[in-house]
Amino acid sequence: MSATDIHAEATKITDAKQRYKAGVLKYRQMGYWQPDYVPRDTDVLCLFRITPQEGVDPVEAAAAVAGESSTATWTVVWTDRLTACDSYRAKAYRVEPVPGTAGQYFAWVAYDLILFEEGSIANMTASLIGNVFSFKPLKAARLEDIRIPVAYVKTFKGPPTGLIVERERLDKFGRPLLGATTKPKLGLSGRNYGRVVYEGLKGGLDFMKDDENINSQPFMHWRDRFLYVMDAVNKASAATGEVKGSYLNVTAATMEDMYERAEFAKELGSVIVMIDLVIGYTAIQSMSNWARKNDMILHLHRAGHGTYTRQKNHGVSFRVIAKWMRLAGVDHIHAGTAVGKLEGDPLTVQGYYNVCRESYNPVDLPRGIFFEQDWADLKKVMPVASGGIHAGQMHQLIDLFGDDVVLQFGGGTIGHPAGIQAGAVANRVALEAMVKARNEGRDIRQEGPEILKRAAQFCTPLKQALDTWGEITFNYAPTDTSDFATTPSVA
Amino acid sequence: MITNPTGRITQGQFSFLPDLTDDEITAQIEYGLRKGYAWSVEYTDDPHPRNTYWDMFGMPMFDLRDAAGVMQELRECRKTFQGHYIRMVAFDSTRGIESITMSFIVNRPPTEPGFGLERQEAEGRTLRYTVKSYATDRPENERYS
Repeated sequence: MSATDIHAEATKITDAKQRYKAGVLKYRQMGYWQPDYVPRDTDVLCLFRITPQEGVDPVEAAAAVAGESSTATWTVVWTDRLTACDSYRAKAYRVEPVPGTAGQYFAWVAYDLILFEEGSIANMTASLIGNVFSFKPLKAARLEDIRIPVAYVKTFKGPPTGLIVERERLDKFGRPLLGATTKPKLGLSGRNYGRVVYEGLKGGLDFMKDDENINSQPFMHWRDRFLYVMDAVNKASAATGEVKGSYLNVTAATMEDMYERAEFAKELGSVIVMIDLVIGYTAIQSMSNWARKNDMILHLHRAGHGTYTRQKNHGVSFRVIAKWMRLAGVDHIHAGTAVGKLEGDPLTVQGYYNVCRESYNPVDLPRGIFFEQDWADLKKVMPVASGGIHAGQMHQLIDLFGDDVVLQFGGGTIGHPAGIQAGAVANRVALEAMVKARNEGRDIRQEGPEILKRAAQFCTPLKQALDTWGEITFNYAPTDTSDFATTPSVA
Repeated sequence: MITNPTGRITQGQFSFLPDLTDDEITAQIEYGLRKGYAWSVEYTDDPHPRNTYWDMFGMPMFDLRDAAGVMQELRECRKTFQGHYIRMVAFDSTRGIESITMSFIVNRPPTEPGFGLERQEAEGRTLRYTVKSYATDRPENERYS
């Protein structure tokens, strides 16, 4: 079936008596398929990738997605007529086969603004990724992208700090920030943990970080960790004259526990606290409010996202999660490395970064951005690149991501043959040398290895790092890439 | 004497590299000018990590689009404040940024005594920390002589 065939059909029943007769109708007949619909500036727009069951017509499937994510139930209900039901119905307005992938279709759906509670990610997601994802006539469904209208964006407070103010608070400009996750992630006592933090920060990192699953286990109570870590942070700050931080993970079983931990972090003078994505959208928004009230930078680790973002046929794209998190209000979000150990096609990952950092996203199909998005001056989120990256990739990282990113070299700092401080020095020297060279007009993508080699001549720790990891790469085919035709008709 | 691996205060973009030559500073200024930033020269003898407001050596040079002119300002500042910390600061007035986009130290006192950490025991095991410059007990302009 060609795209034009799909667009030709419109089968909405307009006669009210027929439409509301008891029984079962096709979704398209109920008004969830409106190929002539012109989306309004105030509509929420979604692009779903759907895989209909054998024999299910793609347009009917798209209409069903619109129906099940808005007002529909499986049968006709007369009580619809007590409402202005036309405006509550989501409208599938376009269906196209996914280029190069048989059996999958892109379905565009528009939602009226009245369907959503102001400032609530939980409410938006309960509709858009609620029942619809379990709907039987679809084998699989994925929310690929979303356009949030300015009118709705303005009901969210967004990041409590934002990347611009974060830099001002930290007094760090014109280069990526440097971090490392304290390792091993499990088993260190508070005292030993603080040692790693001190060494990393004194050696030249801006941040150290708790791992996502460091909370308050038998080997290290959270208060113990916070106390030792803050001693390390302050000592390193005095030793370098720089503002330093360590993301104290306040993730816990209940909101009460999280508030208690966050309050203690504040009392000790931490500039930043951390939460995991698994705490849920509502908890994230609550912690965002807390951070805003307490001048705290809020770091989000995206633990758990891979369960629903990675496979192309089903789930939610990470670019949508990134948009929701910018609205919900986090200051940092792990957004991929492209060159490290974790999943990520470089262009697709750049798309996530653009969602976090730009004031306005134009349509950019190679990067998976299907809709324009005006962020209405909402603050910007600092993306974090973490997982299997090392100093030898500095030129690639800066070329891909620019300056507004936290580069986290955990193993690449702590695993350095000459120790943690040496690991930190290697990363900081590589970073500064690469930024300087780029600013001088050098082509770092080509000359990067040479620039690193030159810097290693005055920096033994960098030489040791390059000798240890210089050749390490993780070259696997990414599972999540953008599907688009090279001459797209997509608007 | 500062004991971190560089032996000096590590604020700014390039503290881990050998001191930038004037040619290298010029190249960075040119990069900033190409990006449309405005340069300023700032100096201080109180480089506390949270001392935000270093003194301005004149106004930010919003209308100066020539690196040689910016370098001239730096030379004047160095002449006047030889024993101070001096940094070059670039400002981007683009909507949504409106902040500093580059900052690096281009002059330091001959010796950098650095900072001590004072700990005050509070409730439970809580400590309150104060980072204190060894130099700022002395009056302004007499700190690094």
